[in-house]
Amino acid sequence: MKLITLFLISTFTGLSLFFYQQKPLKQSLIDGKEIYTDFCMQCHMTNGEGVPGAFPPLANSDYLEDVDKTIHALKFGLKGPITVNGKPYDSVMVSQGLDDEEIADVMNYILRNWGNSTDEIITEERISTIQK
Amino acid sequence: MKTLRHSFFSLTLLLVTACDAQDHGPKISTANTIDYSYEIVADGIDIPWGLSLRSANDFLVTEKAGTLYHVLNGEKTVIKGLPPVYVRGQGGLLDVAHSPNYEEDGLIFFTTSSPLGEEKGGHTALYSAQLKNDSLVNTSLLYKGDYNTKKGQHWGSRIAFDAKGHIYFSIGDRGNRELNPQDISRDGGKIYRLNLDGSIPDDNPFNTTANSRKAIYSFGHRNPQGMITHPDTGQIWVHEHGPRGGDEINIVKAGKNYGWPLITYGINYSGTPITDSTEKGGMEQPLYYWLPSIAPSGMAFSTSDVYPNWKNNLFVGSLRFEYLERLVLEDNEVIKREKVLDSIGRIRNVEQGPDGYLYIGVEGKGILKIIPKS
Repeated sequence: MKLITLFLISTFTGLSLFFYQQKPLKQSLIDGKEIYTDFCMQCHMTNGEGVPGAFPPLANSDYLEDVDKTIHALKFGLKGPITVNGKPYDSVMVSQGLDDEEIADVMNYILRNWGNSTDEIITEERISTIQK
Repeated sequence: MKTLRHSFFSLTLLLVTACDAQDHGPKISTANTIDYSYEIVADGIDIPWGLSLRSANDFLVTEKAGTLYHVLNGEKTVIKGLPPVYVRGQGGLLDVAHSPNYEEDGLIFFTTSSPLGEEKGGHTALYSAQLKNDSLVNTSLLYKGDYNTKKGQHWGSRIAFDAKGHIYFSIGDRGNRELNPQDISRDGGKIYRLNLDGSIPDDNPFNTTANSRKAIYSFGHRNPQGMITHPDTGQIWVHEHGPRGGDEINIVKAGKNYGWPLITYGINYSGTPITDSTEKGGMEQPLYYWLPSIAPSGMAFSTSDVYPNWKNNLFVGSLRFEYLERLVLEDNEVIKREKVLDSIGRIRNVEQGPDGYLYIGVEGKGILKIIPKS
């Protein structure tokens, strides 16, 4: 009986790993950097410093403390007045058409650069739970 | 290693400072008296990308996210039946233009980022169609760039016409400057010319060149998002986004190479150089270049008497600095630059309507009509 249980557990674990392979963080950061360069950098600039008055900074940004809110903005766009590091912004960021995996990658990259830090690994699954 | 990295960093910083310091052209000025205002003629459009006016009360607007609006007597209607729009990065539904023969053929032309094709990703496509009962009918794909890519950058695209029955449109380098702009066997980084039915004009410059895209009219462009037919000469004027610095105005000539990325007045966003050349034999020099970049989008000549002192001036929207730029030209040289509607927002497009007024598309605001104060 014990053997069967062990067998079932290991089969289940094996299958889950097979069907749901979380990308290693190292790869996610590499892919996230590429996404950042392609889709984000023109407005948020090379080191996430943004453009005063127009595009809020991602570097040392208090806005990123609310991870779900940030994911929502990346998934569905963001418009209207916001405050970042005490300064007001009122621009439009439309959805960039990134898929969940790409959003997870760029989130991991942004949350670990330019003075931001986290222990949290953003997964594709987490992105998929954020609804409009 | 640390010291090495540190000195490399300082060197980069020095280069960046050095490159960015060389402002070019007449300094941008602000008018002493503001003798104009504006009114909003269409609102509720996040990114009004393309605009084509039949009159002040009848115009088409594209929204980048993939909606075509017909604005008739102040009422905004969504046009149904668009082909697939690939919304990705800077891509989406792009420019729109009424046919120069609209009274007879009833055609509209539009460009869009398109997912059609074998490969994943997308490329810029040009369509014609007619409007019937708020839907597109007789939709015809006139051109589709390939090969598709998932890159989000540089789709172009603007549309213009000459008086000889040609349509011109632009496609940007699609985020692959190494391969696309200098290779006429590939799409991207080009201005294209077609007949209005989509066929290739016999006298296109590369029509008899082996292994070429026959629709190409000029090449070596980065990302042209402004195009206008000069009201007097009939030549096609474009402007294009440079990298960091080096946005350009060019007069497009058949078969010419505009140099990207072999020559440029700009540098990488990161501050590193792209090339040490700003000119080379066999490559065209821009009529004007912006340093620093204004991120130009949309282009129009004012030819009417509606605005005092603006006649024959060129107007260009600035995405980056959020104003409309007025350029005064003398013998094809920019002699004065002025901010109009400073801090208005990110300007996507500027058009002169048949009524002689200037209309601009502003992100988050909609379509604005510029009105002189009498």
